[in-house]
Amino acid sequence: MHMTADAREVSKTASGATATRDIYLPSERKIISGGGTPHVVAKDFSIYYGEFEAVKKVNADILSKYVTAIIGPSGCGKSTYLRAINRMNDLIPSCHTTGALLFDGEDIYGKFTDEVLLRKKIGMVFQKPNPFPKSIFDNIAYGPRLHGINDRKQLSEIVERSLRKAALWDEVSDRLDKNALGLSGGQQQRLCVARTLAVEPEILLLDEPTSALDPKATAKIEDLIQELRGSYTIMIVTHNMQQASRVSDYTMFFYEGVLVEYAPTAQLFTNPKDRMTEDYITGRFS
Amino acid sequence: MNLGTRKILDRSFTAVGFGSIAVMGIALLIVLVPIITNGVGSVFFTGTLEHRKMLFNEFGRGNTEELAKENASSEVYRKQIYGMLSAFEAELETMESEKKQDYLSKYGPVKTALQTLIGPLPGEPEAILTRYKYGQTRWGKAEEKLHEFLYETKWDFSNPDAMSKEYFVSRATEFEGTSLVKLFPFVEEHLEDVLRPEFTVYWGFLTDSSVDSHIFGGIWPEIQGTFFLAVGAMLFAFPLGVIAAVYFTEYAREGFFNSILRSANSTLAGVPSIVFGLFGLAFFINTLKVSESKSVLAGSLTLAIMILPTIIRAAEEAILSVPKTYKEASLSLGSTKWNTIMTVILPAALPGIITGGVISLGRAAGETAPIIFTAAVSVGSAIGLADVFSSPTPALSWNIYNLASEHEAAAEIRHVQYGMVLSLVSIVLLLNLSAILLRARISKKLKG
Ligand SMILES: Nc1ncnc2c1ncn2[C@@H]1O[C@H](COP(=O)(O)OP(=O)(O)OP(=O)(O)O)[C@@H](O)[C@H]1O
Ligand SMILES: [Mg+2]
Repeated sequence: MHMTADAREVSKTASGATATRDIYLPSERKIISGGGTPHVVAKDFSIYYGEFEAVKKVNADILSKYVTAIIGPSGCGKSTYLRAINRMNDLIPSCHTTGALLFDGEDIYGKFTDEVLLRKKIGMVFQKPNPFPKSIFDNIAYGPRLHGINDRKQLSEIVERSLRKAALWDEVSDRLDKNALGLSGGQQQRLCVARTLAVEPEILLLDEPTSALDPKATAKIEDLIQELRGSYTIMIVTHNMQQASRVSDYTMFFYEGVLVEYAPTAQLFTNPKDRMTEDYITGRFS
Repeated sequence: MNLGTRKILDRSFTAVGFGSIAVMGIALLIVLVPIITNGVGSVFFTGTLEHRKMLFNEFGRGNTEELAKENASSEVYRKQIYGMLSAFEAELETMESEKKQDYLSKYGPVKTALQTLIGPLPGEPEAILTRYKYGQTRWGKAEEKLHEFLYETKWDFSNPDAMSKEYFVSRATEFEGTSLVKLFPFVEEHLEDVLRPEFTVYWGFLTDSSVDSHIFGGIWPEIQGTFFLAVGAMLFAFPLGVIAAVYFTEYAREGFFNSILRSANSTLAGVPSIVFGLFGLAFFINTLKVSESKSVLAGSLTLAIMILPTIIRAAEEAILSVPKTYKEASLSLGSTKWNTIMTVILPAALPGIITGGVISLGRAAGETAPIIFTAAVSVGSAIGLADVFSSPTPALSWNIYNLASEHEAAAEIRHVQYGMVLSLVSIVLLLNLSAILLRARISKKLKG
């Protein structure tokens, strides 16, 4: 517990990183060159469920067009943090935040922020595939229709483009009118990615997108993330260390709500600066 | 607990469960079998020439030539019956006064019984009520009436400690020694020739208006009234109920006001239906004056209030059972809450909502108490759609009660009562069946 308190102390002082466009390694108080534009910036950002502080004073920049993985033991606040970014936590009445979370420099929890518009720009794919009980076509077209596109031809183009991006087109192009719930779990998850892409978001939040899938489907999703890297800012929560090291550029390690270490993935896995990070990635606790 | 005891417990529970289901099944059979057999008899039965005459005269149905032929053939035997009557009447004139008085007092009931059996006799003033213009239209009933014609019912009061006993005296013996004696065996033998029973399918029972307060059937006004009332109630209650359920599940914040609303809703569900009837009269008719007096509108509104809690509950359940992930998915795509409700949550909840709705529709169709004071009349013709705002209507539920308990000839029209009951049961079952089918279809579409 001593270490937790320490880490928290450190991260508190590591604010104000936006200007330099670099990443702080909280436990080292050292800036490493990240080389990117910060897309989502947390400043002393805490998230509470009632009295309980689930995420504690996080200071971090998420860099634009990179893949950032979030790892940490169960219950450490990974999902809570991720869902805060597109305000999905609004669904939980007891949930509230302090500090600031900025998206393109604007406060996500600002008084005048339109959370509907925000979610259009920050898409999310959930742990369990959750297609609507509608046809494949209608699933993909759901978002575009919401945002005013009703022309059938235009919709068809969007559907095809999104499905191609999600590497699902070849498998479903002949049954777009079939119910999406008839697809396999892996296909459903790629459909969910395609559905999110159809809205043309800037950020893609993935909360353990492969935990409900078999290895083959998992590999497809990982390939997909590789495909999409560079075009979108991607944040992925995962329990799978190999997955984090395979797909991400940067990795955040959370422990009991504290962002313990945040570094380029290769560095974090080969040369962790924090004892706790090391213990976690070497499997000494989980 | 050891394995043996556990097994015994499991078995005995299975036995008890099975037993209670069996008891329910038997009870249902005991109720349903007579309803079905008797109810079917209102449409399919052995009808007499009197039935065909009635249809021809009152509804203009039937083949003129055929009927004339039948009439002629029946007339051959009727003539002989009439002949016997006038022979006896002539014989009466020759009797001495005291004897004549004695026979006259016995002859009156004989004529009445005969008239009930085969229809008006010549020389009598024309009947005003339609029911007296015809003899027995149903052969089963005619056989009962034949017995009443042949035998006088008497009561034996000789034993003061027991209930009086019913016994029959042959009328033929009472007229021993007169010319009328021949009448009784003749009628008994030739009743079929007079009434000409034939297997009849009378769909008009369902589609005709009633003639002379349901004596001959014809329950269309009731069926239509039931339909109007139930559908009218749905028109009000369904949208309101769904909106309320959406409010409770998606918008309401837990709090004092909300918990009061919820308990009000639960209380409403437990209020006896007669209270709704009185409320409907006091509120919709006397206070709001939606119509001058009873009307379909007032009845529908009353029924709507009655079924509202059920619809709200069912819709709430259905909405709550929609996976939260649908909502999350929709919101994460940049949908508004309202849009999420309309395009994702309600469609997914639809099967449950519809089930609740149709169960309520069945209840609205079957309830009697709420419409007694607000919408129902015992006899009336089918009303037009435009009249629903001002006219009351007959309805199956109310008329079943009325025909069974308040009708002046309740015992004579059992078949009409059963026919109405079966119609009501069928309507409710049909509604439920269509709900099940609709639900299955939507569920299948949702499941892919
Ligand atoms: N709706 C909620 N109300 C109250 N507490 C919650 C709620 N959701 C999560 N928590 C608590 O917040 C903490 C962080 O939860 P979160 O779901 O973010 O963890 P996680 O890192 O995603 O875990 P996992 O790896 O198991 O998904 C946990 O202690 C959890 O019990
Ligand atoms: Mg989680």
